[in-house]
Amino acid sequence: MTFRTIVAAAAAAAMLSLPAKAEPVDLGNVSIAPDTTTFTLDNGLEVVVIPDRRAPIVTHMIWYRLGSADEPAGKSGIAHYLEHLMFKGTEAHPGNTFSTTVARLGGRENAFTSNDYTAYFQQVAKEHLPDMMAFEADRMRGLQLTEEVSAPELQVILEERRMRVDTQPSAELGEAVDAALYINHPYGDPVIGWPDEVAALTHEDALSFYRNYYRPGAAILVIAGDVTEAEIRDLAEKTYGQIPDDLGPFTRARPPIQKLRAERTVELKDPRVQQRSTQISWIVPSYTTAEPGEGEALDVLGEVLGGNNTSRIYTALVREEGLATSAGAYYQSSAVDDTRFVFYATPADGAELPAIEARAREIIADVARDGITAEELRRAKTNLLSSVIFAQDNQSSLARIFGAAIATGSTVDDIKAWPQRIASVTAEQVQAAAQTYLAGKAAVTGRLLTASAEDASQEAPDVDAPAPAAVQ
Amino acid sequence: MRQLIRTVAAFGFLTATIGSASAIDIQEVTSPGGIKAWLVSDSTVPLVAVDFAFAGAGSSQDPDDKTGRANLLSAMLDEGAADYDSVAFQTALRDNAVRLSFDPSRDQFYGDMRVISANLERGFDLLALALNEPRFEDEAMRRMQASIIASLRREQTDPDSIAGRLWSRTAFPDHPYGRPANGTPESIAAMTREDLEAALTGFGKDNLVISVVGDVDAETLGPLLDRAFGGLPDTATLTPVPEVEAATDQTASEVIATPQTSIRFGGPGIARKDEDFIPAYVMNHILGGGSFSSWLFEEVREKRGLAYSVYSYVAPFDHTAIFGGGTATRNDRAMEAVEVIMAQLQRMATEGPTEAELDDAKAYLTGSYALRFGSSNSTARQLLAIQLEELGKDYIDRRNSLIEAVTLADVRRAAARILGEGKPTVAVVGAPAE
Repeated sequence: MTFRTIVAAAAAAAMLSLPAKAEPVDLGNVSIAPDTTTFTLDNGLEVVVIPDRRAPIVTHMIWYRLGSADEPAGKSGIAHYLEHLMFKGTEAHPGNTFSTTVARLGGRENAFTSNDYTAYFQQVAKEHLPDMMAFEADRMRGLQLTEEVSAPELQVILEERRMRVDTQPSAELGEAVDAALYINHPYGDPVIGWPDEVAALTHEDALSFYRNYYRPGAAILVIAGDVTEAEIRDLAEKTYGQIPDDLGPFTRARPPIQKLRAERTVELKDPRVQQRSTQISWIVPSYTTAEPGEGEALDVLGEVLGGNNTSRIYTALVREEGLATSAGAYYQSSAVDDTRFVFYATPADGAELPAIEARAREIIADVARDGITAEELRRAKTNLLSSVIFAQDNQSSLARIFGAAIATGSTVDDIKAWPQRIASVTAEQVQAAAQTYLAGKAAVTGRLLTASAEDASQEAPDVDAPAPAAVQ
Repeated sequence: MRQLIRTVAAFGFLTATIGSASAIDIQEVTSPGGIKAWLVSDSTVPLVAVDFAFAGAGSSQDPDDKTGRANLLSAMLDEGAADYDSVAFQTALRDNAVRLSFDPSRDQFYGDMRVISANLERGFDLLALALNEPRFEDEAMRRMQASIIASLRREQTDPDSIAGRLWSRTAFPDHPYGRPANGTPESIAAMTREDLEAALTGFGKDNLVISVVGDVDAETLGPLLDRAFGGLPDTATLTPVPEVEAATDQTASEVIATPQTSIRFGGPGIARKDEDFIPAYVMNHILGGGSFSSWLFEEVREKRGLAYSVYSYVAPFDHTAIFGGGTATRNDRAMEAVEVIMAQLQRMATEGPTEAELDDAKAYLTGSYALRFGSSNSTARQLLAIQLEELGKDYIDRRNSLIEAVTLADVRRAAARILGEGKPTVAVVGAPAE
């Protein structure tokens, strides 16, 4: 996904001091949702409470610490299929009772699956929170499935895959890049699953995954909005707290990500492509696997290299040299295992992709050799921090930020301290990150290329189908 | 941390919908210079959201041979102004934590600014420069043209975008609403600085609408409004856009090599000021607007597994009103999907919903209205829309009673008006089998 919104700070008006001219924000004093508290129920459920009293609204999220990277071999897509099937009812609340109740109460709901976690949420008026917690706690262990409701849902997922991937050459390239980048690790498999494996999934597969993993000790409850910790403690005990779980904390069994030992280039040539592009991905540590300070340095490096249209990469490739029409870089910081640092560009007409890639590597080598300026460091920090400040406007964003960070291994204290950790990043650390992980290191290059229809006719679907007759 | 949200939401299940509000205190602020704005003052978070629009100055003002002009203008307004070149302007925005963006719709030219309250003045000053003294330099023009052309090329090969454009072209063949709002690679490439300057004449005090939410009071806001907007001409120059009705009963198709067929359908809707608009809105919620509960969701997705996404909408424009919808399904079942959708439209036109379905829809629509006012950003957007639609300051308080008052007879009448006369125009893009 391509959300770019981010982290948040709560009610910090008096703590901020941004002068009217181009001066740095006082980084030491910005905090992320400082009133956030956390506690753990006896059954292992971790609970996070993020107060936001501006409106009588609550966002209720349950996160499971498992995603597509925790699937059994050959069952890619089962975590996501289960996410869909979680809306098919329990013994206590059969069929779509949960969803129709949410709708009747004027609530919004949704769910999502990633590599590392699966989450379900509702946003409702504050007085309906107890109902939501009761329904969601029931759904943690009480799911019931039949072939009748599960079979059409598998077709829905295949349509979702067609919509998101099979009709989008850039997404097909993304899958190929992932498969090349993550060696001997399930991050190389798509979250939605490989089409033939998805087609063969059954609801028994989903139930077995569910029964093994969906339990309080593997979950995080995040509640943001017009609530207090005391209220939530009481409600959580009465609902989720009634689910027995003596299995202890959830542990993942994943192979380590292997270092890339050779350059890999993946190309997708497709007659559907009219606009070429290129990207380079390096394996780097995530916030969870990094040594202290390294993840923060990679965040700053991403900002300096390619976080905006005055970055080094945009300035060189787009503004000054005219090689690209857009270009940038980013660090995908949140993951249980190692993650990626990405350079991307859309070439100008006539520009050669290898020349663009070589130029990006030069810019990275410059940083590794000569470091960054004090001004670049300051600007990058200001940018990262203002993202934090703006995110405090939205309770759902806050709930997602905390949920995703905790599900991948951070603590509430880690998240709260993030602004200070960013503030303390030095230019030397940023240079060291470029040296250690990017400059001269093996990477996966992914190119999206145009092709004539003849080139790819064997791959293309049948185009001789008749145009539709009048439809009515 | 910064990228957390990028990886969240990898595969969402439903699409979230809309939402009802309570005690929101709207102040009508008039600046010393006569600029008016709606303000909701709330100092809980140290941010200010400013949403504004130049009514009527959207892409429907693009000349026939210059489609995409408003789109290019929106990309150029923050690319340098007055003494600031592109790099200097962008740097000033970032160093002051000011977020500025512009976004034209068919009818309106929208802008929004988000700023930390401590930097409020600086934010309004930068906004003033963007609106009053944009530089439109050759270097920035070339860069933005190239960037837009690249995104248009991506759109041109995306089945759903193709279907959307095909439907608009077919429904509004000789009207600005039928043209590609973002332009074409050719039209964007041919654009000049003079074209953008011509587009700017669509901005005036008389078509300016503003809403402000957050950590600022009325006394402080007034003079800042003059700083940002006081330099605009009193009157915007707008080309009249003819009233139009969407064509019915047309079928347009484009065969492309892709494993899924994208379908758009639609026809005339009901105008915002028509007393049947609210009944039509409730009707649409039951038919295809409510994500989980709608007839289309049930018949197309739940029962048959034909699609991941299926929806319908009612959209009032300044010069027309549309009822429409869409889906995407495997090629070999595309015609089945169209038949199932059309059968539900027919059922709504002839049978209509049950009392229980109406009650459920009203419960959702009234209960969820408050969710639209959960953040400064979303509140500012709501206030702007209420002003643009001229619904009045008391609309937030009246709105739920309007929904409550809708009867089964109202819904059936609205359904018959929208769905009973003429069949929708359908656009089909993909490789559908017979």
